[in-house]
Amino acid sequence: MSDAVNRLSLPAATAERPARRVPRVLGPRSLFLISWAAPLALLLLWEAFARAGVLSPQVLPAPSKVLQTALNLIGQGRLLSDLGASLLRAAAGFVIGGSLGFVLGTLVGFSRLAEALFDRSVQMVRAVPFLAALPLVIVWFGVGEGGKVFLVSLGVLFPIYINTVLGIRQVDPKLLELGRVTGLSNWTLIRRIVLPGALPSILAGVRYALAVAWLALVIAETIAANTGIGSLAMDAREFLQTDVIVLTIVIYAGIGVVSDAIARLLERRLLAWHPNYAAKGK
Amino acid sequence: MSATSHDVHTMHPAGVDELAVQVAGLRRRYGERTVIQGLNLRIRRGEFVALLGESGCGKTTLLRALAGLDAIDGGRIDGPAQPAVVFQEPRLIPWDSLWRNVALGFDDKIGKPLAQAALEEVGLGTRIDDWPRNLSGGQAQRVALARALVREPRLLLLDEPFAALDALTRIRMHALVRQLLARHRPGVLLVTHDVDEAILLADRILVMRDGAIASDYQVLPEAAHDRAHPAAEELRARLLAELGVVSSD
Repeated sequence: MSDAVNRLSLPAATAERPARRVPRVLGPRSLFLISWAAPLALLLLWEAFARAGVLSPQVLPAPSKVLQTALNLIGQGRLLSDLGASLLRAAAGFVIGGSLGFVLGTLVGFSRLAEALFDRSVQMVRAVPFLAALPLVIVWFGVGEGGKVFLVSLGVLFPIYINTVLGIRQVDPKLLELGRVTGLSNWTLIRRIVLPGALPSILAGVRYALAVAWLALVIAETIAANTGIGSLAMDAREFLQTDVIVLTIVIYAGIGVVSDAIARLLERRLLAWHPNYAAKGK
Repeated sequence: MSATSHDVHTMHPAGVDELAVQVAGLRRRYGERTVIQGLNLRIRRGEFVALLGESGCGKTTLLRALAGLDAIDGGRIDGPAQPAVVFQEPRLIPWDSLWRNVALGFDDKIGKPLAQAALEEVGLGTRIDDWPRNLSGGQAQRVALARALVREPRLLLLDEPFAALDALTRIRMHALVRQLLARHRPGVLLVTHDVDEAILLADRILVMRDGAIASDYQVLPEAAHDRAHPAAEELRARLLAELGVVSSD
């Protein structure tokens, strides 16, 4: 109360430093709590509406029902095996597309010849939204594993490629010069100066590629699959099991959050030397 | 002017005949502009040569040619394949610890003890695992110096390495450099704008003009040790006049 009076009686001071007023009303701690309480309240509201019958279970089942379904499916052994199948596809596609993008990006980043050979073609293929290739992928691979892994690889390749090239091009030329006057071999120069220098950019690409990988997987599994989270969702659609569908959506979201957290952890670990990253994330 | 007249003054009798680098008839062009034309230069091991000259006279071009960073258009450079260089900025690798910075290019097993010793020499022996971003400008430049000296170079090229430091740090660096060079005794070429620094550190001062060495001064030890000595005063005046700082008319 006296605080409010003070504020009113000192308009000049408020005008001088308006930015400092806001955080004083609520400390960072309370703001943090609010940021978590808000979505939690939303969840409770959802639960309440579902229980009261305002929300039909066909449209949106209660969160508790979804949790119950998850436990049942785990009990039957289906959920974990489907989750495993999805993770395996994503990992395989990520490794294949990621290594290809990294190797190509490294070559093009270094060599004018490699750039002339590959860059235009890669950029042309990149112009195609990779999901547009989906019908072709189904023709090529059918509903087997290959198509899904292919689609994920395709989605992952470009962000990694582009960020690797960019990262290598942005390496401080003064450090490259230092490498030369120190008599480093090409390999040592790459290992000690070029790649670490390109790493912030490459990791940004990895983070983006992870999101793309999930998107590709969701699409591929939803179109055609016998196993995996997407197929679980499609089976559930046949029988109007909305709870299972919601569960799969939540799982996709969860995996997205986890993979992003892993990517960020990687950044913080590998870029500890970097003032921008060391300062972040307490 | 010519490179033949200064083999009489020997300040270090032990290394008289040991050349650090010899340059003959060096030529360097950038497009139409000739930056270095018919330049001759000899530096012996243990000899400290300072190179003065107005901006754009070709000092840095000469240093880069000696470092092997730029191609030359004519003439000869006979010297070590890999001279060590300290640049105006420390150029430390930000993602490597100090010892790994110093040991750059060495195998880790051999490099680490060498780097440890070199960092001790520059007074940073307790911080070998620290990161470059935790260093002040002067400390970082000391690490750069350690990185250059750990290679025991025959020729050390210094490209205005003290220019970015504050005055007090620069004085400390001067003392450190003298002490280190007395021990390692490479041939040194220091590019600088600072006449006093040249007199303080160098055995010989060259003035570069129009792409060649215009004059060559021997620095008497008494001038180097006492900046108020008449010999130092006279040398300073002559150098400044030659650099066009003091108008003579």
